[in-house]
Amino acid sequence: MKKATTTEAKTKEIVKKHGRDKSGLIAILQDIQEEYNYLPKEALSAVGNELEVPLSRIYEVATFYNTFSLNPRGRYLVEVCAGTACHVQGAFNLKDRLQRDLEIDCGQTTKDNMFTLEEVRCLGCCSLAPVVRIGGNIHPYLTQNEIPGILRNYRKQG
Amino acid sequence: MKKISTLDDLKKAGDKGLKSLFPGSVKIVVGMATSGIASGAREVYEALSAEIKKRKLPYILTGTGSMGMDFIEPLVDVIEKDKPRLSYGKMTIDKVPQLIDQIVKGTIDKIKPIYRVDEEDIIAKKEKKQYLKGALPEYLREIPAMYDIPFYKKQVKIATRNCGIIDPENIEEYIARGGYLAAQKALTSLSPESIVEDVIKSGLRGRGGGGFLTGVKWQSCVAAKGDIKYVICNGDEGDPGAYMDRSVMEGDPHSVLEGMIIGAYAIGAQEGYIYVRNEYPLAVANLTKAISDARSRGLLGKNIFGSNFNFDLKIGKGAGAFVCGESTALMASLEGKAGEPRAKYVHTVEHGLWDRPTNLNNVETWANVPVIVARSGKWFSEIGVPHSTGTKVFSLVGKINNIGLVEVPMGIPLKDIIYDIGGGIPGGKKFKAVQTGGPSGGCIPAKMMDLSVDFDALWEAGSMMGSGGMIVMDEKTCMVDLARYFIEFLASESCGKCTPCREGVRRMNDILHDICAGHGQEGDVEMLESMAQGIVDGSLCALGGSAPNPVLSTIKYFREEYDAHIKQKHCPAGVCRALIRYEIAAKKCTGCGVCAKKCPSECISGEKKKAHKIDQKKCIKCGICMESCKFDAITVK
Repeated sequence: MKKATTTEAKTKEIVKKHGRDKSGLIAILQDIQEEYNYLPKEALSAVGNELEVPLSRIYEVATFYNTFSLNPRGRYLVEVCAGTACHVQGAFNLKDRLQRDLEIDCGQTTKDNMFTLEEVRCLGCCSLAPVVRIGGNIHPYLTQNEIPGILRNYRKQG
Repeated sequence: MKKISTLDDLKKAGDKGLKSLFPGSVKIVVGMATSGIASGAREVYEALSAEIKKRKLPYILTGTGSMGMDFIEPLVDVIEKDKPRLSYGKMTIDKVPQLIDQIVKGTIDKIKPIYRVDEEDIIAKKEKKQYLKGALPEYLREIPAMYDIPFYKKQVKIATRNCGIIDPENIEEYIARGGYLAAQKALTSLSPESIVEDVIKSGLRGRGGGGFLTGVKWQSCVAAKGDIKYVICNGDEGDPGAYMDRSVMEGDPHSVLEGMIIGAYAIGAQEGYIYVRNEYPLAVANLTKAISDARSRGLLGKNIFGSNFNFDLKIGKGAGAFVCGESTALMASLEGKAGEPRAKYVHTVEHGLWDRPTNLNNVETWANVPVIVARSGKWFSEIGVPHSTGTKVFSLVGKINNIGLVEVPMGIPLKDIIYDIGGGIPGGKKFKAVQTGGPSGGCIPAKMMDLSVDFDALWEAGSMMGSGGMIVMDEKTCMVDLARYFIEFLASESCGKCTPCREGVRRMNDILHDICAGHGQEGDVEMLESMAQGIVDGSLCALGGSAPNPVLSTIKYFREEYDAHIKQKHCPAGVCRALIRYEIAAKKCTGCGVCAKKCPSECISGEKKKAHKIDQKKCIKCGICMESCKFDAITVK
């Protein structure tokens, strides 16, 4: 159970940084997610204990917002922009292509833990539509044809 | 850092900023907003830096926000002593050595600038500041001035006055363009009441979508009882297809800070929050830097400008929930809760954040405030049209040539935005409609092109101003699919608190999905209309209250498309997958076989150099064949 204690210790540290303030719950969860790429169960219990907030309320917040994930995410988060500008430029075809190539549905992670596919509500890069953000990098004017090569490059980078 | 507490301190800081904006030597400025970076601005910046270093040139290199011309990014500006500022579009790493050559030689023979700027209009100070001294050099005569090119000709920049000009991380450059002068004037010589009055007189209406009079909102918050009051900036720009606020927060964060300082003083607030979407990391970074700089200069904190007014700001990061753009949901989120709205009869100006009087305005609204205070409400009210004064920033996107951010006076005809500024529709296609107001708005058809773009005219047309997304659609956009898209968006973003929105929007979504899938039935449209009325009447907040708008406006103006889907099982625009088929025109097909190779379901066959065929039974309608064909041989029916 060594890992659990380190998660707990790390979480305590994060909660302390935010001054054990209940209103900081979202910021605390964001920091935990940044640290682990998802919200581990142990961390959520630790937040509840530290803030003296019932675990049910922590889960309410963790499941309400799209940013949070209760499952481990892959190394690269693949976010297909579903904004209006991207939609009218055919982003739905990119999503389908990514689902086929990665062999997962939106919200799932590939078996090798490299990619997690998600749909995102507008990245605000409407002038570059359609866009997909992979590991924080925006790929502008993306076409289905480019997808295999791009995924290969990320796989190569490891 | 030296504190700024007097007008003289401000002038000194501004002088430093002026030196950096109008340097005596060569300065190269790269547009480094999110869209610029995504187009390769960072690589261009690094290449410029390396080239300057290699040649040991004494050039200054900095970054700036976005000028709005997103369709030719990355943009690089060159400022030389006594010459006009020159803007170069579509810069690449390869062009960098040529650009530096040109600057060294004083020519423009290799890469032509898009436009030149002879003087800066410093709107907050009502001043002009010259780049060009003396006559325009002969070799620059062919380059048009910025406000002579169609994209800028009809624009008036107030909210985005500094975007793409100053380095957003440099507070002195902001001050040099009249920044914090309004705050200094307000805090040292104006009474809170007179500021509120002047903002009312300006006619400024909330730029976030509602269009409520900003000054009147402030007045109610002043009147509310309570010692502790808050001001909030809503930077949760959730409307898909809109990025005006991102551009301001990234490119000119101090304008938001200054607006909030003035607003807080007028209302009597001591603390403020800027709530920013999590999807905007650069906006968060630039705002964080701006707040920390303002604090170390004494522009936030205790006794600002030597007055007895204290004020400080914090940033709250959103976590991906569209409903948090609604004011009460946003406040719940700031309190660390799930962002569920509450009934509107409890006003946030009286019971807002932590149940205290709170005034919330949108980013663009706040960014307008310093200029209104500096130039007077009367000045602002003379721009635009009665009841919709000032300017509005729009993100002009979709099927349009000049994609970008534009700021226009209210009341401009829609066609001026689409054709003059936007440069029309690409590929010679027909303009069909423009969607404004995001998921709460509606579509305006091509036949209403003369419509005045202001709060009231858009509302009467069945749409709304919204936060400023303007998505242009051509004949290849299916209006039923678009309505389905927005309703699906709202169904998944509904917080689930009230039944009409949670269940009603979901059922509307089901009906629209059926229509798009070819299972539409007679009476569906009437059913949608009656459900829409129920949702509008019964929903708790504006998300539900306006959710049916995209459906109602498309039914109103494009009923024949609904009928085609329902009766003829046909999608006229060729978008709805269940109702379309891809075909190869035998006459145009060269038999190159590229489409067959790309097809994921192996449904294209044919001999080499002979026309190919698509097996409709196996086709999944992904459209890659059409995307890959170089001979336009593939059509969708």
